[in-house]
Amino acid sequence: MIDTLLSGDRPHSRPLALLLIAIGLCLAFAPFLFPGTKPLDTAARICIFIVLVASYDLLLGYTGIVSFAHTMFFGIGAYGVALALGSLGASFLAILVGVLAGTAVSCALALAIGLFSLRVKAIFFAMVTLAVASAFAVLVSQLSSITGGEDGLTYRIPRELTPAFRLTDMRLFDVRIDGRLLAYYLVFFSALVLFLIMLRIVNSPFGTTLKAVRDNAFRAEAIGYRVVLYRTTATVLSAAMASLAGALLAIWIRYTGPATTLSMEIMIDILLMVVIGGMGTMYGAVIGASLFILAQTYLQSLMASAEAATRGMPLLPDLVAPERWLLWLGTLFILSVYFFPDGIVGRLRNRG
Amino acid sequence: MERLGKAAPLLLAPVLALVGLVAVGDPSVWLTLTVAGLAMGLMIFIMASGLTVVFGLMDVINFGHGAFVSVGAFVGFTVLAWLSGWTQNPAVVLNLAAVFLAILASMAVTGALGLAFERVIVKPVYGHHLKQILVTMGGLIVAQQLIHVVWGPDAIHVARPPSLQGSFIIGEAAIEKYRMLAVAIGLVLFVAMRHVLRATKLGLLVRAGVENGEMVEALGYRINRLFLLVFMAGSALAGLGGIMWGLYQETITAHMGSEIMVLVFVVVIIGGLGSIEGCFIGALLVGLLSNYMAFMAPKVALVSTIALMVGVLMWRPQGLYPVVKAK
Repeated sequence: MIDTLLSGDRPHSRPLALLLIAIGLCLAFAPFLFPGTKPLDTAARICIFIVLVASYDLLLGYTGIVSFAHTMFFGIGAYGVALALGSLGASFLAILVGVLAGTAVSCALALAIGLFSLRVKAIFFAMVTLAVASAFAVLVSQLSSITGGEDGLTYRIPRELTPAFRLTDMRLFDVRIDGRLLAYYLVFFSALVLFLIMLRIVNSPFGTTLKAVRDNAFRAEAIGYRVVLYRTTATVLSAAMASLAGALLAIWIRYTGPATTLSMEIMIDILLMVVIGGMGTMYGAVIGASLFILAQTYLQSLMASAEAATRGMPLLPDLVAPERWLLWLGTLFILSVYFFPDGIVGRLRNRG
Repeated sequence: MERLGKAAPLLLAPVLALVGLVAVGDPSVWLTLTVAGLAMGLMIFIMASGLTVVFGLMDVINFGHGAFVSVGAFVGFTVLAWLSGWTQNPAVVLNLAAVFLAILASMAVTGALGLAFERVIVKPVYGHHLKQILVTMGGLIVAQQLIHVVWGPDAIHVARPPSLQGSFIIGEAAIEKYRMLAVAIGLVLFVAMRHVLRATKLGLLVRAGVENGEMVEALGYRINRLFLLVFMAGSALAGLGGIMWGLYQETITAHMGSEIMVLVFVVVIIGGLGSIEGCFIGALLVGLLSNYMAFMAPKVALVSTIALMVGVLMWRPQGLYPVVKAK
């Protein structure tokens, strides 16, 4: 049963398995284990980013393609839902329309970019996606009549998903069964299903071919696989998954703007999560996203106290200020590319 | 026919300028926009040339190149602030001397930084593209954060020295003085670079290295030294581009480098990875097109350069002048 669910891709390491089970249980029972708005928000973000990071890993880790346009697809998914909810009113039909439209646009764009630039070197694709994604972000902030510009869009979501809605008056473990809880479980189960689908994809014959293309494109071509076709399909699949993650984000935070979906900072965050978690393992996405978002939410306050403690010393307070946490992550990132290219998951597996 | 095919890219920039004249309509506005476009294009060329030669020679694309642009601008502005006695004086000689010293300082610092970057960050990952992209991106993040630590998180605003402010009036067209200076520096640099590559032994080695690095090594030249030298030169050029771009915008931020890198990448792709001439033409095209579009349809200016890139790639999938390694 579990083998079928995981598509035969077991963690292959006891500590890793325990860690994954712990993360899974925490996320599944987050509203009951950690009551309060901020923990629930953190848990939902972790679910969404697991999907987003896993979809990026499909590209980076399994196919060996570096793309800087992943936030563009994430943003398209989010804006699809936002625009549909804004124009069609707060209904589930609008969400469905938005999700379908966003995913379709993402796929078409990914196909176009892929056909254009995947024939040549990996470097080429990275540069083209960087340019296209920046142009897209600028375009979104310029076309403020449609997208709300830098301010973004706020909209209403179906009443069943808002805190005002009560399913029953009964309390479960002292937690109110309200719309916010339903919205969380919508996010959680969608993320779970999407993650399992991606796990299925990478463990299918198609996924195996992707790895062959990654390891030696020339040989894969010689055996008779159309390398461009496989790379393009992987790009489109990962773009579709990223848009679905974007749609979940749009439903959860009821706001869509360039800063939450399209910015380069998020792209860098995704890159850090994939590499630190472990490239080429879907479980790396789970670990990377969970650790990173927990750190982002809670470590920064620790850094603030470190800054306060070192106040008065030269340079040190500047280095440990919470705004500088990317400095440390960037250093960690470079070190992990050199010394732990398999990330945390690779480390845990090698020990076992 | 084949010679025509080779020469065709040369005609692109003049053709674009002519199309711009028709589209803009007013000749004096067109002249202003064209000079602005050339200035912008040449500044981008200065930043992009280092990147593209480094790729041609070493098969490395430095995604952290933008960090050198930012650092160059910050160092240059610091020097200009020290020399405020010279920059606030209306004398042209003192102003230019201050700018010149600032340029020298930022090129020296970014060149040294390039040395460190190549040794520490890039060298361990030669020949491995995926890791190169990731690691140089990491270098960019760290460098940007260090700029924040050293110079503080806010954007810095510095006015140009008085003799570089204002414009010449030619007929009805106003042409900013600083843009003329940028065009002059850019052209001199292009000619000098071509001279070095075509007529000196160093240039010969670099060109040979682009063609076939192993053979150069087999003939007894230390290609690693050559790599390092070219990387440092490319970094110093990025620093030069950074201070020029900073003086153009009169505001500098730690992210200015990574923002301008978008255009730099577009230029490098249009020109063909590794080609100086292609990079020059690409930079002029992007500069001109952005300025015409900024005048006619400001909202889609950046998208138009992407469209230009797509168009060029449809015509020549590896850029205007592809170099052997860019396959």
